[in-house]
Amino acid sequence: MKILVCISHVPDTTSKINFTDGDTKFDTNGVQFVINPNDEFGLTRAMWFKEKQGASVTIVNVGGPETEPTLRKALAIGADEAIRINATPTDGFFVAKELAKVVSEGNYDLVIAGRESIDYNGGMVPGMLATFTDANFVNMCIGLEIEGTSATAIREIDGGKETISTNLPLVVGCQKGIVEEKDLRIPNMRGIMMARKKQLTVLEPSTSESHTKIASFEKPAAKGAVKLVDKDNLDELISLLHNEAKVI
Amino acid sequence: MSILIYTESEGGKLKKTAFELASYASAIATQQGSSVTAVAINANDAEELGNYGVHKVLTVSDDSLNNFSAKKYASIIQQTAEKESASLVIVGSGSNDKFLAPILSAKLNAALVPNVVELPESISPLKVKRTAFTNKAFAMTEVDTEKAIIALSKNSFGLKENSTAVTSESFSPSIPEDASSVTSTDKVSGKVAIADAEIVVSGGRGLKGPENWNLIENLAEVLGAATACSKPVSDMGWRPHSEHVGQTGKPVASNLYIAVGISGAIQHLAGVNSSKVKVVINNDADAPFFKAADYGIVGDAFEVVPKLTEKLKEFKANNA
Ligand SMILES: Cc1cc2nc3c(=O)[nH]c(=O)nc-3n(C[C@H](O)[C@H](O)[C@H](O)COP(=O)(O)OP(=O)(O)OC[C@H]3O[C@@H](n4cnc5c(N)ncnc54)[C@H](O)[C@@H]3O)c2cc1C
Ligand SMILES: Nc1ncnc2c1ncn2[C@@H]1O[C@H](COP(=O)(O)O)[C@@H](O)[C@H]1O
Repeated sequence: MKILVCISHVPDTTSKINFTDGDTKFDTNGVQFVINPNDEFGLTRAMWFKEKQGASVTIVNVGGPETEPTLRKALAIGADEAIRINATPTDGFFVAKELAKVVSEGNYDLVIAGRESIDYNGGMVPGMLATFTDANFVNMCIGLEIEGTSATAIREIDGGKETISTNLPLVVGCQKGIVEEKDLRIPNMRGIMMARKKQLTVLEPSTSESHTKIASFEKPAAKGAVKLVDKDNLDELISLLHNEAKVI
Repeated sequence: MSILIYTESEGGKLKKTAFELASYASAIATQQGSSVTAVAINANDAEELGNYGVHKVLTVSDDSLNNFSAKKYASIIQQTAEKESASLVIVGSGSNDKFLAPILSAKLNAALVPNVVELPESISPLKVKRTAFTNKAFAMTEVDTEKAIIALSKNSFGLKENSTAVTSESFSPSIPEDASSVTSTDKVSGKVAIADAEIVVSGGRGLKGPENWNLIENLAEVLGAATACSKPVSDMGWRPHSEHVGQTGKPVASNLYIAVGISGAIQHLAGVNSSKVKVVINNDADAPFFKAADYGIVGDAFEVVPKLTEKLKEFKANNA
């Protein structure tokens, strides 16, 4: 089985979000970049398939040279090789188009992507990619088993979960649950050494088409001060919630 | 310009979000002097959309659609969009919407703008505000395609009644094969789902252990609320992962969010900040969550929460 894991390179969850150039660009100054958390769960599941079922694991990113440390980290975790499409990921449509070309040319059986990237939260790349490549698709995937060309996936739904029976080729948009937090791997020295020697292929983009652009960014308005209510005066809290906030 | 909304239903009844989408679409249609068409699948009460400004409903009824299929549903919405020459399609932000929207976008060659929180600033070109960086910022997004899909964030627009003469038409689309099929569904019955909840009561590590969760559950029950938790609580197995909220868990956009024994780490806040009113109960007056809260109580959860639950019971009884 040939697996492709899509890796998006995103600001660490603790990052302070600021903008430059008249609020048109994300300010990367002082920002630490990491593997998108949803993709890290997916990569870990891919490693399980590699170790237990003899799959090969390629990782792919659409991004500039600055994403290479993130890709090396994913190689150190255990992916076999990496592909980088050398382009600024302008929007989800553009990324999905570029990835579709990689998927078609590489004949991957299973593509693992994240439910959403935590920077732009588009939640659209995996679904578009599946549609462009005519593959089956399961979103919000929290469990995945493969046997031959059959797949059983568990999907989170509002208020529960459902089990889906499907076939390869398959694209999943995954999240925590596909593996547990404790299964995540920290690269060890040997992994890091080996990652240096693994193949990282850089390809040029084949299209430049995108659907959207961001005209400007804005930060949420500052919040007013909290109203503290004495713990021995809970009637006041109830009254505030009822009469002032009108939420109960 | 014609506007199409996809209105989700469950068990034959439209979900509340359907009426929010109708309200939103109707506000755009009024500005533009155009009309709103809704497509509803296996819903028996679709005409109620007329109370929220919808002019026409296309109802699709087919038993093979009782289980959700993103591929089939996306194809049906695509066919209605083409039939109605809709240049703007509006969907919601539930887990099924998130499943079908990117498929629909690829099929219609229509830009998808997710997490939209306001009416468009302009229609041609379409410019609309969405959240980015998990609620840490907004991005004004400009669309370059002729057709577009807006995925509206829950609770960002609200319900606006606007009684309209509505016509209903049944529509029989061609339904594609789907190699994926649902083999079982596991829904906790009698519990409010976080995605649908008006009120969410959430517990953190301050509750000390799973055996104390009756505090959270009792409070949630009086309020008709969903229960949620912080990430470490689900990682330790005190609560199921489906209750984990925050940047890497579920987003919460309820009217009221009550956080008990949660410190208010940046990743937690990112996921719950779009709730309208936040109440924090924490015994540490310096807990960062107080800075993000509307109302706060500095106190021990084990003392405050049972008292609050009792008082709310009385309040509910008197205000029933
Ligand atoms: C990549 C990444 C992603 C993450 N994503 C998320 C996410 O999506 N969601 C999330 O929640 N976290 C997330 N986190 C974790 C986050 O950083 C915090 O560790 C977590 O939110 C803390 O949970 P907590 O508030 O329950 O626990 P703690 O930080 O331990 O806080 C417990 C609080 O309870 C209070 N308390 C103690 N006893 C009592 C009492 N008797 N009565 C009242 N209050 C009491 C304490 O004062 C304290 O404020 C993420 C972290 C990382 C690194
Ligand atoms: N630039 C990118 N390169 C590779 N994969 C990406 C990129 N952007 C998004 N993805 C994948 O698509 C998923 C969803 O991203 P998004 O649609 O941007 O929210 C991510 O979790 C990744 O797996």
